[in-house]
Amino acid sequence: MQLHEHQAKKVLSRYAIAIPEGLLATTADEAEAAATRLGPGTVFVKAQSLAGDRAAAGGVRPVESASLAKAVASQLLGRKLVTTQTGENGQLVKKVLVERGVRAVNELYLALSIDAASSTIVITAAQGGGSGIEQRLATAPLGVLRLGMTGERHAGDIAAFCGQLGLSEAAAEKLAGVIARLHRAFIELDASLIEINPLALTESGELIAIDAKLALDDNAAFRHADLLQLGEEAEADLIELKAQRHQINFMQMDGNIGTVVNGAGLGLATLDMLRAAGGAPANFMDIRTTAKSMDIAQGIALVLDNPRVKVLLVNVFGGGMQPCDTIVEGLGIAFRRHARRLPIVLRVKGNNEEMARLRLANFDLQKIECADMWQAVTRAVAIAQGRA
Amino acid sequence: MAILIGENTRLLCQGMTGWAGTYHTSRMIQYGTNVVAGVTPGKGGKSHIDVPVFDRVADAMTATGANASAVFVPPDRAAGAIIESIEAEMPLVVVVTERIPVLDMIRVREALAGSRTRLVGPNSQGLLVPGVCQIGVMATDRARRGTIGVMSRSASLTSEVVSQLTAAGLGQSTTVGIGGDPIHGMGFVDCLELFFADPQTEAIVLIGEIGGTEEQQAAEYLQAVGAKKPIISLIVGQHAPLQRRMGHAGALAQDPLADAASKVAALRQAGATIVPSAHLVGATTHDLLAKRAA
Repeated sequence: MQLHEHQAKKVLSRYAIAIPEGLLATTADEAEAAATRLGPGTVFVKAQSLAGDRAAAGGVRPVESASLAKAVASQLLGRKLVTTQTGENGQLVKKVLVERGVRAVNELYLALSIDAASSTIVITAAQGGGSGIEQRLATAPLGVLRLGMTGERHAGDIAAFCGQLGLSEAAAEKLAGVIARLHRAFIELDASLIEINPLALTESGELIAIDAKLALDDNAAFRHADLLQLGEEAEADLIELKAQRHQINFMQMDGNIGTVVNGAGLGLATLDMLRAAGGAPANFMDIRTTAKSMDIAQGIALVLDNPRVKVLLVNVFGGGMQPCDTIVEGLGIAFRRHARRLPIVLRVKGNNEEMARLRLANFDLQKIECADMWQAVTRAVAIAQGRA
Repeated sequence: MAILIGENTRLLCQGMTGWAGTYHTSRMIQYGTNVVAGVTPGKGGKSHIDVPVFDRVADAMTATGANASAVFVPPDRAAGAIIESIEAEMPLVVVVTERIPVLDMIRVREALAGSRTRLVGPNSQGLLVPGVCQIGVMATDRARRGTIGVMSRSASLTSEVVSQLTAAGLGQSTTVGIGGDPIHGMGFVDCLELFFADPQTEAIVLIGEIGGTEEQQAAEYLQAVGAKKPIISLIVGQHAPLQRRMGHAGALAQDPLADAASKVAALRQAGATIVPSAHLVGATTHDLLAKRAA
């Protein structure tokens, strides 16, 4: 789950992370009023979107007057922002953050994330933040520090780490405080990523988070009802979130073969086989073992809503936790409730497959059953390409 | 012989009295697994599906001689249950629970360091020695006793592969689900060590996927010690959609094609036979073993 910049900054400011003065606006007039309130000097109008690389796509713009703030806001609001990270459809901008500009004497890139291989929280810092950091992080050696789950133990490590970054003693000490607080925030919030890019060092020696990104662990949502609500606001338009609510991992793709699969591994294998057979999948689907037939019906509806889809490929291997008949039941319900009629190629094997076959006969479906995965895959590709 | 579990396994189920625990414990008993105890705090002293229930793992171990635990505890309490077993020095803990918070798993790994426990999972379908012992939730009807060791990060794909192997006339010595979560217990390298040492296992199927470094670590290990038995490997996910990316740290993740390709290259370099497509695991394994026998 990801938060918008303004949400992330608000949450992090609870941990005494300094942020620029700013106001949120949902209309161009509000943006103008916000810029007026912030007073003279440069202000930034920033599209609130979950996509990275906003600045390069024109989503972050400096302006020198309130009337220009209004003009820029009217260009951004209600439009889809397309960045290198959104895909061609872009993301709808509903809010802009109007923020006072900060004069930096130095900039840092700072990120906290999880390193699975060492089972630690890893802090990455680099000199000079701003955009284009991907390239520099990929090529230049980084300052990297690994921390465990208890902060007190690490005070010395953090101080030593900050000492190596080429900062003045005062700035290094200040940064150590910021890192310790972010480490605590990371643990308390169940974060999976906190990224501050850039962290500006001002003439007066302050460290200010100019941009902030915060991603939270969906698995820990039960501990964070308040954050969950923020995330739902930020991600409301995402089809992935709708699927998540129904115990389904889902990713939209650009092909014309809808896939219905249980398990991430089998889901990935299905995409690989489709591509190998010359087909183009419309989505990735991993029905979790906790999904009930109604959840599955909702997930399949997301595939049927996609006008590009020409054929549905159902590839199921029923396990002990989720037998075949539960999935077939979901399939039947989805088609009962949806106006769409499509050919369905099925490969259903494993726990309760006989029961699933009986259920299948009760639904009025345009179905083609196949005995093995490859046969089903090639059949679905042939139908999608108009060859069958 | 098999690895990790067998005739001498005495299983304890944590979270046995819940819906999932009850259902899967019954399935395991039916399969022939020797389930000796259940643990649910507050329900100690009772009996559930004819199995004695204890409040604490340590008490259950003392009373019943349990030497393995299956964890069915819901995600909000699972880490606590795992750590309780680690502290009780349970030799083997198999965690089926899905969606445990990642930071909880870092805590578990901190507790695991230097302990006597071997952890499998979480988000694992479990361990199966066909016809002998099942710890977990996998489909069992197509599994047959045999000589192929199977290790995997994916439950549904394991079922598929087991079905293909059996159809090709190849039974399985043990199937191990190391789990689909980024932070987990034993990995492919641990499984390889055990399979190499197991006289029943003649060949090993490694089912990997994009993300993480399990496959690369397995390849490094094979380079270091040599592939002592034939390794057949399937890596899925080369055509996965790019994760919706956020921030620059996220953007650093390699694209799926490159990630899958580097795993395949590392394993091939280490002497593994690469399966070209998920539907060909049974056939590839069969042909490889037939060629070696000839």
